[in-house]
This record gives sequence, C-alpha cells and structure tokens, in this order.
Amino acid sequence: MISPEQVAHVAHLARLNLSEAEQEQFTAQLGAILDYMEQLNEVPTDGVEPTSHVLDLVNVFREDRVQPMVTVEAALQNAPESAHQYVVVPRIVE
Amino acid sequence: MFEQTIHALHEQLKAGSLKARELVEAILARCIAVEPQVQAYISLTPDLAREQAEAADAAFARGDIRSPLQGIPLALKDNLCTQGIVTTCGSHMLESFVPPYDATVVRRLREAGAVFVGKANMDEFAMGSSTENSYFAPTRNPWGNLEYVPGGSSGGSAAAVAADTCIASLGSDTGGSIRLPAAMTGVVGLKPTYGRVSRFGLVAFASSLDQIGPLTKDVRDAAILLQAIAGHDKCDSTSGDIPVPDYSQGLDRGVSGLKLGVPREYFVEGMDPEVEASVRAGIETLKLLGAELVDVSLPHTRYAVATYYVLANAEASSNLARYDGVRYGLRAASDGDLLSMYKQTRAEGFGSEVKRRIMLGTYALSSGYYDAYYKKAQQVRTLLRQDFQQVFTECDALLSPVAPTPAFRLGERLDDPLQMYLADIFTAPVSLAGLPAMSVPCGYTQQDLPIGLQIIAPPFQEAMVLQVGAAFEAATDFHTRKPVLP
Repeated sequence: MISPEQVAHVAHLARLNLSEAEQEQFTAQLGAILDYMEQLNEVPTDGVEPTSHVLDLVNVFREDRVQPMVTVEAALQNAPESAHQYVVVPRIVE
Repeated sequence: MFEQTIHALHEQLKAGSLKARELVEAILARCIAVEPQVQAYISLTPDLAREQAEAADAAFARGDIRSPLQGIPLALKDNLCTQGIVTTCGSHMLESFVPPYDATVVRRLREAGAVFVGKANMDEFAMGSSTENSYFAPTRNPWGNLEYVPGGSSGGSAAAVAADTCIASLGSDTGGSIRLPAAMTGVVGLKPTYGRVSRFGLVAFASSLDQIGPLTKDVRDAAILLQAIAGHDKCDSTSGDIPVPDYSQGLDRGVSGLKLGVPREYFVEGMDPEVEASVRAGIETLKLLGAELVDVSLPHTRYAVATYYVLANAEASSNLARYDGVRYGLRAASDGDLLSMYKQTRAEGFGSEVKRRIMLGTYALSSGYYDAYYKKAQQVRTLLRQDFQQVFTECDALLSPVAPTPAFRLGERLDDPLQMYLADIFTAPVSLAGLPAMSVPCGYTQQDLPIGLQIIAPPFQEAMVLQVGAAFEAATDFHTRKPVLP
C-alpha cells in the first residue's frame, strides 16, 4: 500500500509534476505493484551478498589524459538554450 | 529479394549478380508498401541508405569486401545514438535530439559497410513489453491481421525483420526486450551476455542489465551480426575484455552428445496451452537430434519479475534524472524557478509508463525503503544467479519458452501494468543473471501467431546458444514462414 501523500512526496523527489488524475491513478497502480514486490520478503536472504553487477570487474582505470571527443559547439547543439559556450537555466539565486 | 537472409544476399553481392543499390531500392519500396500499416520505424533514412549502398557497390567493384554486412540494409533501434540522425528513444523528451556521436555498435556497422534504413520504433526509453508505450505510434505485429502487438520493447526492430522492411536489425534487451518481440513476430533474437557488446551510445535504462543484440531471419545471420558488434570497447568499462570467437564456425556441429536442461519452473500453470505444446515439441525435436534432456530446477524463478522490476526501475530512476531540460531534450515553458522548470519538463516529456517506473524506482531507493526493496532485490538476484550456476554444472544449455503467451491484442494490457510485466517471467531471470539467450521460432498458434523457444547458455557462451539454435533450425521450417501483409 502507498498513500496519496507518499505518492506526492516521491513525485517531488523524482522532480515530476503529477496531475490530480495521475496522482490518483499512480496511488492505486503503485500500491498493487508494491504488493506484488512484497513477495520478495518470503525469500530468506540473511548473509546473502547483494549483486550489483554480474561481471567480476573492479576499478577499471584508464590514464587521466584528455582525448578528443565532441567539440563544445557539438555538445551544446542539443541544449534548449545556450550562450557564450554555456547552457542557460532559469535564475537560481535572488 | 527483401525476404532473404544476410548470408544469402552476401553471396549474390560478392558474385556481382546483385547490386547493393538494387537491394536498398527493393527495401525502400517495401517500406513504402507496408510501413503505413506496420509502423516499425520512427524515422527512415533513405538518403543515407542510398549513399551507403553506393559506397558498398564501389567497394565490391574494387574487390574490397570488409564484412558479410557490406551493402546489407539494417534497422537500428531508436535508442542507439546515430551521429547526425535524430535518436528519440520513443520519447517526446528526445523528439528532436540529434546525437553528436555514434554508439560503438553503430560505428562498427558503418565501418563494416552496412546500410541504415532507419530508426526502429520502441517503447519509450525501452520500458514496455508491447511497443505501445512509444510516444509516436504503436507498431503492429505483421502476423495476425495487424491486430496484435509485436512485443517489446524492441517491437519495431522485430516487426521490421518480420515484415521484410530490413534484412536484420539491432535491438536492446534489459529484461526480455529482444527475445520477447522476436518470439512474438517469428524472428530470431539474441541477447548476448552482459558485457559481450559495448553499451557506449546506447541510451541508458538499467545499466546493470542493458545489452544490445541482433534480430534476424535465421540463426546464421544472428551469428554474423553478433560478430560485427561483439568485443571490448575502451568507451564501456563494463564490456568484457574476453576474446571473441568466430560465431559462424560450429553452427553445423549439431546437438548430439549435448546435455540440454529443461527447467521445470518454466512450465507453469496458467501458461497458454498452445505455447506449451509448441515449446515441448521443440524440445522433443532436439532430443531426436541427439541431445540428452535433463530435468533441472531453478527454484527462485518465481521471484524474478519482482526482483527485476525493483532493480530495473531503481536504476532507471537514477539514469533518467539526466532529463532535466538543461543540456539536451525538451524544456517546458516555465516562468518560475529552476525546480519548477525541472518538474514541468519531466511532466510533459515523459509518458505514463516512464513516470510510473521512475516513481517506483525513486520509492525503492528512498530513505527508509532502500533495504526493504533495493537491497533485498539485490540479494535475491544473487540467489537467482546461483540457481543458474548450479544447473550449468549439470547441463550445457537450457531450453524454455520465451513468454507464457503468444502476442496479445493491441490495447489489451494497457490498463494493467502488472499483467504487462508478467510477460517477462521467463526472460527477466536470464537478464538478472547476465546470461546469453536467444529466441528461435518453434511454432504457430491456430490464430497464426508465432511462438518462440528460448535457448540459454553460461556467460560468454553465445557460440553454444547459436549451435543449438542452428541445429533446431536445420531440422524445422518455422523460421521460413512469412506473415501475409495487405
């Protein structure tokens, strides 16, 4: 189960505006899906190492050297708004 | 000629009896004829395709034969970055995103001399099992009078192969997104081992699971396409630095003497009877060909879907945080501050399934719930992996259904996300364990809907998957059947 208040809180954490209809729908749907996920609690997992990754790789390093990739212009070509080689965002300080 | 395989066309191109230019024109004409109904593509790239075909013909003419893919028309799932070609991920968020670089697999295919027909449709950000979550339009399964979904999320890549609007394609598979649409459209679909193929330039969904792989008209073509994309890449530190064998060698070895495991948990109550009958008949065929069947158990199978949806959504909620209206993609009009711009951009840019998954993932990672959901699921993932490690001490490969049902009708599961997730019940465990697996056509329902047989092998043993698949294909003709399109 998940409450409408929790849904609103998670939406804020996820940086999502939800409409009232979405909020209502998600409360019901997420509740049902979370109930389904609850079945994991049937599985005894004491002392079981968590798997974050299936490969036996640790710390793949490379030399810290600048390599040509894309130009600043190319990197900015998809930015919704840019100026002087920077992206532009709404004012964040008063 | 558009119905032919890569290897058959390659012989003709090499002999000079066929020009790449003729082949691409045949494919583009086929697109004009059937794309309005099938809608397998988000965008077509006919100018680029013709240019690449000309270059392939010129190379053949001077005796420069780089690969069996030279001059072969391919479709690319629209989450693979293509320099200078819009890459939407099936989302309004990236509707006009033009990548400044190629994915490693795309670069390799360009170097091999392949021809790009277009970018294939998909569920938004690869989240879905039906391709109905595309922002643009649902792709229709070429089988079943165009009334059924093609499976997902690589539904466009699968439908394009089935409808002969390309010769082969690339898709991506996180929890079944290559194998499921391959099974539902009657084509071959191979998900390689996690780490076999570079993910560089694949738009990230769940980074510990995502893998790129081929969808083709037969197993030999899958071997050819995998050969072109497999191998270590310094741009993807999770790509395995493990030698790539010659996948076309050994396709004729047969299955005599192989031990093939049949996991009893993959034949569950409530499974479609026609699917079960076809898969069991397929398994019998391999037995008749000389394989020894072994009854095996993967006891944690029933927890795989829950585990998968906790982990995949948690990773997705983190990966998709980058869509904030700042560096690329949509930015919603907003007269407020930065935070309201973020929230409004994401509200407008994402469809409902993507929002649902971001919400689930954010919840599972949030303070107070992390141990109960995320860590718990990671532990069950360990148990699922151990299940497979255990059975591979008893057998060389596993045989199972790909999905519990054939393709379902368009719209049928849209209101019930959980029902949609259960389509992944036999594919998600394999993804969580990072194993290679392939769907090969093994039958048709009375409604003429395709059914797939899943072949699963230990890590980096794609050659075993291909060997079993090739033996099955050589003894059957399911892969040669074609849908009837208007």
